[in-house]
Amino acid sequence: MIHAIPVFLQAFPIQIKEVNLSASEAGSKELSKILMISPEKCIGCRSCELICSFSKEKEFNPKQSAVSVFSYDDAAISIPMMCMQCEDASCVKVCPVGALQMNEPGAVKIDREKCIVCKMCISACPLGNISFDSRKKKIIKCDLCEGDPQCEKICPTGAIHFGEGSSVNLARKKSIARKFNELFGEVEE
Amino acid sequence: MMFGWTGTILRVNLSTGKTGREPLREDYAKSYIGARGLGSRIYIDEVDPGIDPFSPDNRLIFMAGPLTGTLAACPGRYEVVTKAPLTGTIGAANSGGHFGPELKFAGYDGIIFEGKAASPVYLLIEDDRVEIKDASHVWGKDVHETTDTLLADTFEDARVACIGPAGEKLVLFATIMNDKHRAAGRSGLGAVMGSKNLKAVVVRGSRSVQVAEPQKFLESCLDARKKLKANPVTGAGLAAYGTEILVNILNQSGALPTRNWRDGGIFEHADDTGGETLAKKYLVRNKGCFGCTIGCGRITRIPSGPFKGYGEGPEYEAGWSYGADCGIRELDAICKANFICNELGLDPITMGSTIACAMEMVEKGIIKKEEVGRDLKFGDAEGIVELTRKTGLREGFGDKLALGSYRLADSYGHPELSMTVKKQEMPAYDGRGVQGMGLEYATSNRGGCHVRGYLTSPEILGIPKKLDPLVTTDKASWLKIFQDLTAVVDSAGICLFTTFAIGLPELSEMLRTATGVNLTDEEVLRAGERIWNMEKLFNLKAGFTKADDTLPPRLLSEPLPSGAAKGKVTELGTMLPEYYSLRGWDSEGVPTDAKLKELSLA
Repeated sequence: MIHAIPVFLQAFPIQIKEVNLSASEAGSKELSKILMISPEKCIGCRSCELICSFSKEKEFNPKQSAVSVFSYDDAAISIPMMCMQCEDASCVKVCPVGALQMNEPGAVKIDREKCIVCKMCISACPLGNISFDSRKKKIIKCDLCEGDPQCEKICPTGAIHFGEGSSVNLARKKSIARKFNELFGEVEE
Repeated sequence: MMFGWTGTILRVNLSTGKTGREPLREDYAKSYIGARGLGSRIYIDEVDPGIDPFSPDNRLIFMAGPLTGTLAACPGRYEVVTKAPLTGTIGAANSGGHFGPELKFAGYDGIIFEGKAASPVYLLIEDDRVEIKDASHVWGKDVHETTDTLLADTFEDARVACIGPAGEKLVLFATIMNDKHRAAGRSGLGAVMGSKNLKAVVVRGSRSVQVAEPQKFLESCLDARKKLKANPVTGAGLAAYGTEILVNILNQSGALPTRNWRDGGIFEHADDTGGETLAKKYLVRNKGCFGCTIGCGRITRIPSGPFKGYGEGPEYEAGWSYGADCGIRELDAICKANFICNELGLDPITMGSTIACAMEMVEKGIIKKEEVGRDLKFGDAEGIVELTRKTGLREGFGDKLALGSYRLADSYGHPELSMTVKKQEMPAYDGRGVQGMGLEYATSNRGGCHVRGYLTSPEILGIPKKLDPLVTTDKASWLKIFQDLTAVVDSAGICLFTTFAIGLPELSEMLRTATGVNLTDEEVLRAGERIWNMEKLFNLKAGFTKADDTLPPRLLSEPLPSGAAKGKVTELGTMLPEYYSLRGWDSEGVPTDAKLKELSLA
C-alpha cells in the first residue's frame, strides 16, 4: 500500500504497541507483579490519566486520575507517576481507621466504607502519590485495577509496564550486558 | 446537560474588561460540531466580512471540539478563528498539545474575545475564576520565556497559549503558540491577538469531560486506537521519522518544490534534509500531544556549531520551506530557523517561502543585496536563520519580509514570483506533480494550504486508495469529499493524522457516543459540507471571486523541468469547473440557492 518507505518497520527506540483493555490472561493476580515505569519510552500523551479517571468515574478528568505525567521540557523527558504500592507503606500505618490494606494483587487499597477522608495518608506518602478529589471529596489512590492496570494497557509505547519484578528488570539488565558484550566481545576475537 | 461539549462558552471583552458565560446553542453544536465549524459559525454571525482584522471590533475565537479532552483518537486539538490578516479570508488554524483539553477541563468549549485592551494583558482561567491580568512584564518576551514566566506567576500545571514578539509586532504570519511548541500556525492569527494587546491565555481546569454513553464511547475509542496502531503511517512511520519522512517520498514523486518552485520537483540534497537524517543526527525523543498514540512530534537538539540549539520539529512543511525551497542542505540550520519560528511565533511555511522568494529576487537583481544586508542566495544557510530572527523582531529587511511573499514581491512589481494562493504561501507539494493538490490550493478557503483536504494521502501515499498524481481524472470529486471530511475532523477536535487510519464511520461513532446526538455518517459528512460552504460564503462577502481561485503563473504555465512529473503544469482549467459543479456552485464559484437551502445555510 505504501510505496517508497522501505524502512518503515525497522527497530526504533519508541514503538507504538497494540492496545487491548480486555482482562488479562491467567496469572494476572500473582503477587509478584509490580508496576514499572520507563520514562525513556514516555511520549507525554497522558492517555494513562484519561483511562484512569474513566475506569473509576466514567468521565475524563486528569485531576481525578491516580497517575500523573510530568514533562520536563529541558530534559526532553516525561515521567508517569503513580503509587508504587510500598511493601512497608506509611499510608497503611498512619490510617487511623484501618481503611488502607495491602490486598491480594499486591495493591494497597482503600476501603471506602471505612475511610473517613481525614487525608492523613496524603501527608504520610513519601512519594506524593496519593491525592484528594476536592469535587467528589474522596481520596485518589492507585489500586492496580484489581491486578489489571488499565494505564499499562492504554499506554501506546509501553512506558508503563506491569509484570514480575525480575522479568521487568531483565530487559534493562540485558541491554547493559549487551554493551559489555559489544565492548569486550570484540577484544576476545 | 450536554455530553462531549461542556455547553458553556466564555466571552471576554478586552475593551471593557467584562467577562461572562454563555450557553452553547444546541442547534449550532449539532450543525457545526465544534472547534473549526462552531467557532466559524459564531464568528461569522458576529462580524462583518469586510472588517479590518486588526479592528477592535474584530473577534478572536478559541474553540475546542466535542472530542477534545476525551480518550478519542488524538483528541488534543482546538481551533482559533478570526479573519486572517495575511489572506483576508476566514482564518482558522488548529493546534494540538494540551491547551485545548485543559480549556474543556476548566468547563468551557471556547472563548470569544472582543475589543482591545488598553495595555498588554493575559487572560487567566481557573475553572469559574476568570481574570484579565497585566502582561506588561512578558510583553516583548519570546514564547518560551512568556510561558515559563506565566506558569511561575500562576500554576505550574496550567497550560499557556501565547504570542511571541512577531504577534505583538503584527507580522502578517504570526502564530499563536501553546505548550511552547504547538502552533495555531497559519494565516497570521497571532497578529490579531497582538492587535488586541492580548499576550496569552493561561488555563487550569479541574472539571470532567463527560460522554453520553461511556461504555460504547470507550469501545469506539479503542477501535480507533487499534486501527491507528495497525496502520503503517500512524503506527510506525510517523513515530520513527515524524512528518519529515515525506521529504524523500515527495522528492521521488518529483513533487518537492525546489528553489521557490523554480527548479522543479527534485531537490538534489533532499535526503540530507529528510526525516531519516533528522532521526539519525538530531532527534532526542518523540513527543505526543494530549491522548496521542502516534507521537510524531520531534524533540531535537543541535549539540554544537553555529546553529546550536534545542527545541521541537521541524515538521515536513517547515523542513521543506527552509530546505528544498531555499535550496538549503544544512539540516542544523533548518532546525535552528524552525526553533526561532517557534520562539518568536512565526509560521515557518510562510517564513521560509518568503525568504525563498526574496532569494530569487536577489538573484534576479530585483532586490539589491545592500537592501537585504547580506548576499542572499539560494543555499544561504546563515541567511535563513538571520532573516527569520529579523522578521520576528521586524528589524531591517525583516520588516519587509514580515508582510509575506506576495506583498514583498508585489512591492517590487513582481507578484508572479510569490508562490501564494490568496496571498498565502503554498506548502510542500508541487501542484504540477500532484494535480489534486493544485486544485486543493486553488480552492482552499484560507488560501494556499495542505490541510484543507490533503489529497497527498491518496495521490502519493495511496491511502485509502492509490490515485495517479499526474492525472486530473476524479480529482475534483475526491477533493470535495476530503475537504468536507477534514472540516468535520477539525471540528470534532481530533488530529487530522488520524485519517490515515480511520474514516467517517469511526469518527461518526465516536461523535455519536460522546455527544448522544444521533447523527448518521451522512449527516456528519454533511456538517463538513455545511462548514465548507459557510466559509466560502464569508470569503465571497469579503470580496473574493472566481479570479482568486487560481494558482501562481509558474504552476499554470512553467512545466516541471525534470523528475517523475517532467513536463507537467497544473491543469486547473480542467478541474475547476468540474469542482464547482460537484459542489453545487454556479460557474462563478458561488453556491446556488438550492445548495444553501439543502445545507440549511439560507
